[in-house]
Parts: sequence; C-alpha cells; structure tokens
Amino acid sequence: MFLLLAVLAGAALYFGLRLVHNEYTFFAGFVILQFIVLATAWNILGGYTGYVNFGTAAFFALGAYSTVFVHKTYPLPIPLLILIGGIISGIIGLGMGYLTLRLRGAFFSIATLAMAVVLQTLVVNWTFVGGSRGAYIIRPAAAPLVGNYIEYLFLIMLALAIVAITVARIIERSQLGYGFATIRDDEVAAEASGVPTLRLKLVATTISGALMGMAGAPFPYYIGYVEPSSTFGLAYAVNSIAMPMIGGTTSWAGPVIGAILLGVVQQVATVTISSAVNLLIVGALLVAFVIIAPKGIVGFFQERRRAASGK
Amino acid sequence: MHIPFDLLVGALVAGLLLGGFYAAVTVGVSISFGILDIVNIAHPAFIILGSYVAYIANQSFGIDPIVVSLLALPVFYALGAAVYQIYHLSFERRGQEALRGLAFFFGLLFITEVGLILAFGVDFRYVEAPYIGPSLHYGLVDLPLRMLVPCLISLAVLAALQLFLTRTFTGRAIMAVAQDQLALQLMAADPVRIKRTAFAISIATCSLAGACLVIIQPVEPSVGRDYIGRIFAICVLGGLGSLPGTLIAAMLLGIIESITSTFYGPSWAPAVAFGLLLLTLAFRPAGLLGR
Repeated sequence: MFLLLAVLAGAALYFGLRLVHNEYTFFAGFVILQFIVLATAWNILGGYTGYVNFGTAAFFALGAYSTVFVHKTYPLPIPLLILIGGIISGIIGLGMGYLTLRLRGAFFSIATLAMAVVLQTLVVNWTFVGGSRGAYIIRPAAAPLVGNYIEYLFLIMLALAIVAITVARIIERSQLGYGFATIRDDEVAAEASGVPTLRLKLVATTISGALMGMAGAPFPYYIGYVEPSSTFGLAYAVNSIAMPMIGGTTSWAGPVIGAILLGVVQQVATVTISSAVNLLIVGALLVAFVIIAPKGIVGFFQERRRAASGK
Repeated sequence: MHIPFDLLVGALVAGLLLGGFYAAVTVGVSISFGILDIVNIAHPAFIILGSYVAYIANQSFGIDPIVVSLLALPVFYALGAAVYQIYHLSFERRGQEALRGLAFFFGLLFITEVGLILAFGVDFRYVEAPYIGPSLHYGLVDLPLRMLVPCLISLAVLAALQLFLTRTFTGRAIMAVAQDQLALQLMAADPVRIKRTAFAISIATCSLAGACLVIIQPVEPSVGRDYIGRIFAICVLGGLGSLPGTLIAAMLLGIIESITSTFYGPSWAPAVAFGLLLLTLAFRPAGLLGR
C-alpha cells in the first residue's frame, strides 16, 4: 500500500517535471533524489542505531568507482551497475563494522573518516580508474525506455529513492527496527536483555553502506567525469548527516523532509550565490538544529501533536 | 629491495622531527577526547584557525609566528571555554552527547573551514621567519630548522602539560573528572568548571600547533582534514589520555610516514595513519599506554 502510494507520488513528480519542459529540473531533481537516498541510508545506521557514520562519501565513491571500473572493462546497463555498487559497498560496510563496532560509538565514527581517506588514497594511486587525474565516462546518446538520458537517470534515481524509503519504513516497523532502537537508547541494557547487538549493528551497517553505494553507482553517468577529491568530498558526508538531523532521525520521513528542504535550498543557493556559501548554510543549519531542535522537524511536530491531544 | 643507509637515516631523523610536530597537533585531542571523552572532530579546524592568525599577524606586522601564537593563547583559551559552554548546555546536560555532539563538532569543522575559504580563498598561505630555510648538519644527519623549531616547541608544550596534569590540583582534578565526577564534587571541585578549563586548554594548544603547522608547510583551509586521521590515530595508538603515550605514538607515526614517503612515494603517506588507526582499533583498542 505504502509502496503503491510512493510509486504514484514518484510518477506524478516525473510527469509534473516533464510538463515544465526544462532539462535543468531533471538535473536538479536527480541531485535532490540522490540526497534522499544518501540521507535515508545514513539514517538507517545513524538515526535508528545511533552510530554516526562520517564515511558517506567513501561508500558513495565506492559505488561510483565500481561503475567506472566496470565501464572500462565491460559496459553494463545502469541497473546492473547499481546492484554491483550496492554489493561492493555492502561488503565493505560489513567489514568496517566488524572491525570497529565492538568499540564505543565514537571510535566507529572516527574509523569511518579513516576509511574514507584510505580508500581515497587507493583510488588516487590506481591509474586504471583514472588515479588523481580522474576518469571520463561518455554516456550513450540515447537511453532505453524514455529516450532522453537525463530523464532516464532521473527515473532510476527516483526508483532508488522509493526503494530506500520503503526499506527504511519496513525496518522501522519490524522487529529489526525495535532492536535498532534498543541499541540507540541503551546498548548495555539491550545486550543484557539478550538483543544480539553486534549482529544487528552489522545488519544496519551493511544495508546502509549498500544503499549509499547504490546511490553512487549512476553518478559517473550523471556527471560525466569523476575524480577522487570531489567524489570523496566532505560535502556528501556533511549533507547526509545534516539532512536527517534537520528532518528528524527517528522516522523514515525525517531524512526525506530534510533532504528535500536542504537540497532545494542548496540548489537555489548554488545558482544564486555560490557553492561555497551553500556549504556554509548546510553547516550552520546543522549546528543550529542540533542545538535548538534536537529532534528535528518531524520530532517538533510530533511533540506539538502530543501536546494538542493531551489537552 | 636495497635500502641506502644514508637515505634510511635521513628518513628516520625526518620522521622523528615530524613526529614531534604531530605530538603538538595531537596533545589537545589527547585532553579533550582522551581525558574528557569529548569527541572534538573540529580540533584540526581550530589548528588551521591558529595558522591563519599567525599568518595574518606575520604578514601585516612582521611578528614572529611563534610569538603571535603565544600572544593568541588567551584568545584560544576563551574560544575553547565558549565552545565547551555551548556543548555542555546543549548536549552534555541533556545526555545526548553521542549522536548530536558529534554532529555539532562536525558542523563546527565545516563552518570554520568554509568560513576561512570565503575569507581567504583556497590559496596556500605561508609565513616568514629567520629559521625557515637554514639547516644544521651533523655528518649524515640533516636538521632543517623549520622542522626542529616546531618539534622543540611541541616537546616543551607536552612537558609543561604533563607537569600541570600530574603536579597541580587543577591538573589532577582534570585527570579525575572522567573517572568519577561525584568524588570530584566531594573534593570541592566543580566538574563542569574543571572540564571547561581542560577543554579550553586543549583548544589553546591549537594556537601553538597552528603556528607550528604554518612554519612547516604552506596552509590552506582544507589542510586540516589530513590531520583528522593522524590526530585520532595517534591519540588512540598512544592510549587515550596518556601524554607520554601520545608522544611515543606521534614519533612512531612520523617515522612510518616519513619512511613510506621516502621509499614508496608521498601519495601513499596519508593512508598510513588511517591504516595504523584501523589496525589499532581492531587489535589493540586500549593503545600502547592505555589507561
């Protein structure tokens, strides 16, 4: 039912944008949808279990670079590439989690930062995927189904966003989600009551990493040129943290609201002011929200509703 | 692989000097993260801020960067106290420091970096001082003064802090605050005030570390990111909260990095720190001299 509604909303969005007759809306829409996927993926680990991942860019870049690698060896259609990117990032996420999740939360966060730099160094030194010079991906002139390539990419990202949101929603309402919540609230107590915390955390890291990799896989086709310092850029990390924090971390709707809000603000700021200022806006909003509204927009409305029904 | 002896000696000495400097960069985090359990991800951003303060004063008034950083110590101390106050009121008191505290410092890191980019651009900035350029020679050993001076400053800072932490009441209270806040209150010391002092000291070291950084290499706003991994790698490897451990780990990392970049090429050096960090976390999370 929810899936049907989401697909309908997505279809309405797509045909609505087609009516505008402006390619730019699809370019901008792609970026915002990509942020919805990244923010939702981050939130599965960060929001539900409370483990902060600073390595979004690393997982995203893993997806992007696995696409570059495959593209250079044997070009495959994008949905398959997304699958490959997802699998690779998921495996790396699992390995990462296995190494660090037994430790306190902060160590995990620092290790994710560390992993981003290790991977970036590997890519810089790996000439097959372009090294530090970067790699060009020439996208096909025509796309299957819709003809126009950017519309095709947009549709793929739209589908991915729907998948990500659905996964998050299913997790949230399943036993898995309650397990995650116990870890977030009190890990020691959860462990003592027989919740298999390590296994649950590993599941969360794997799903979260896989979704981030999937979001990165179509990226080389979108941008046409990938190089390490922008693909591994901190902007992805800060955005994927800021969006759920601003929207609200405890439900699937939070990251979506945050991503749409911040995504639109950034698109507008990039066009009208400059791209450095838009990052400053994201940073400032992040700090402001964690101080003033720690539960995000969703939490704010939930509290108001609770207060209203209590009277 | 045949390793020429003089190259190896050179790499070792360069590594020791580099390690000394890394200790200065890390000592602040050893206090804030190691002792107080405040995961100050934004620490490198404050160091870069220190570098820019030294750069501005050096370029406009021609003052020596180290003198500038000493003069700026109280300013950084006050800045640290202010940041801690916000952190305490917004997160620590509400018991939400884990998730939101991290996001808060991450946001601070970002704001400082982008703010500096907007103000000064992404050009590399450098300072001028008489000791940048000449070196001392002892046979095979080559001591560039621009590495030696930061290394000596760093050793002095570490020695002073170690004495402060082990010999004075406030210092001992800082060491105690992470272990037992209640006992500290019974000793008539306010844990919040002690923590604020400690955090302010940790930010104050950024002034000196920043000046050292800008003496060693030209600085642009995003240089700080390279240090996040190094700082936490050293801090964890040395054992949280142990200053001697910090020094040993810093020297070790400096030597490993210097040897890597001499024999395999500088583009591999950044991965060394992080590789070391991941290995330490996986196999010996308590560090070399863990508490």
